[in-house]
Amino acid sequence: MKAGSMKGLSVPPLLIGFGTVGLALGLVEIMLMLGLLNRFVVPFPSAVFGSFGRLFAEEELFERLLQTGAEALAASVLVAVFGIVIGVVLYRFRILRLATEPWVAAVAAAPIVLAYPLFLVIFGRSAATIVAMGFAAGLAPVVLKTLEGLNGVRKSLIDVGRSYNLSQSQLFWKILLPAAVPTIFVGVRLGLVFALINLIGVEFLINFGGLGQLINDLAERYDLPAMFATIVFVVLVSVVIFAALERMERWFRPAR
Amino acid sequence: MTDGEREDERDMVAANAKLRLAASRSAETDLVIDDVSMHFDTREGRITAVDGVSFAVERGEFVSIIGPSGCGKSTVFNILGGLIGGYEGTVSVGGEIVTGPHPSVGMVFQEESTFPWRTVIDNVAFPLEVKGVGKVERHEVARRFIDMVGLAGFEQRYPSELSGGMRQRVAIARTLVFEPKILLMDEPFAALDEQTRLLLGDKVLKIQQDLKQTTLLITHNITEAVQLSDRVVIMTFRPGRVKRIVDIRLPRPRDGGVIGSEAFGRYVAEIWNDLREEASRGMAESEAGARKGRG
Repeated sequence: MKAGSMKGLSVPPLLIGFGTVGLALGLVEIMLMLGLLNRFVVPFPSAVFGSFGRLFAEEELFERLLQTGAEALAASVLVAVFGIVIGVVLYRFRILRLATEPWVAAVAAAPIVLAYPLFLVIFGRSAATIVAMGFAAGLAPVVLKTLEGLNGVRKSLIDVGRSYNLSQSQLFWKILLPAAVPTIFVGVRLGLVFALINLIGVEFLINFGGLGQLINDLAERYDLPAMFATIVFVVLVSVVIFAALERMERWFRPAR
Repeated sequence: MTDGEREDERDMVAANAKLRLAASRSAETDLVIDDVSMHFDTREGRITAVDGVSFAVERGEFVSIIGPSGCGKSTVFNILGGLIGGYEGTVSVGGEIVTGPHPSVGMVFQEESTFPWRTVIDNVAFPLEVKGVGKVERHEVARRFIDMVGLAGFEQRYPSELSGGMRQRVAIARTLVFEPKILLMDEPFAALDEQTRLLLGDKVLKIQQDLKQTTLLITHNITEAVQLSDRVVIMTFRPGRVKRIVDIRLPRPRDGGVIGSEAFGRYVAEIWNDLREEASRGMAESEAGARKGRG
């Protein structure tokens, strides 16, 4: 019922959102035409959108998207699997949790991308470095949210399980984990966003791989319209991924 | 009352309870709680939550435990359910000493305890699922109990789509589906409004009469205790002891109409008489505690 009324409301905000962006771009276009903005620094928005065809035809934008996508997928799977497993282990062993939780929290807040030279040395200038970087950046939030989710399971739910004499593993699979899933998923979403940001950042920094490298290339060629177009493209892809994750999250927590 | 007198009274109560226990053992007893004490160590020192509590519940009987907040009611509930250990004394179910959750005891909890990620029918079928009963069969059984608590038509809904009273009925159905011989309920209606509480009380009573279940209800609501019970165990404020056991001799089957009767009012007044002293002592102590905490 709630979702229905939200859906009814979501069309006008969407229009207003697109309208605002369109208006701002139009304004930039006019200011460039009038010479109020430097056209050597800011490209024409129309030229930015015009360069998409060229990007797909000559710069293999789609192939690069697939490449970055494959790296992102690998990093995501690693982040989700290791993050949740580590979170569960820390939940089970209190002493480990007490010893490591502050450090994990510190890592979650640190700009891990600065550690890229280390990964470069270990894995070389390869996709492995990029995946490892994304993995390192996305891990901490998943671990923390998994812990938070498991710790936050209501005592009455656990008592229900205990009153039916559930074994430890039944208690975990039937009660603790499903009860924690919504919180864990928030962590996974955060982790994936972190991983994606760092992934593209490292591609840019080490000039290797998909979309990040393309942005770097175009910047060095001083092809500003195409560079901005690629950035817009990355933003759009992120929006789509984010929306897909939200949809998945709703699927994980039905009617809540 | 001086300390000495209080001591005497306590001994007498304990002696009475023991006598009762001895007498009831000869009859068919399902649940015996014998001289149970429980202490907790807190920062303010050792607190005796429950002190030498003894009583027995006979087969098919409906007994309520009533007492002010802080009388150890919930501790007794957790002990009987086998959820906590480390107490003195013994608890036995159908003659067996309780060391953990007993398979013939079903528990309904005070707090929200339905699983939000499961539909009503999967919530109710949960105990059967854990036992390894196949999906078709467990859903069939679950449907029967969903019907019994009056939630037919809501099988595929999630708890978040239901009201508090409906969710508590789901929890009751989930406990009943296991067909426990003994039903323990810890203030199951505490979070509900008065009307819902009375209607749900009727429902529980009817189910209890149909299934002839031995039922122990923990409550702080006098009306509820009198409406539902064969006997009411009145507990004292901390440390929780059995102050008195009142037999409720109201005709059965009872329904909501019994509340208007003169006898009902007499029982409520009688229990309140006993409870008032304990409740005001509890209030005074918690106020003193708050004052100390602030200073």
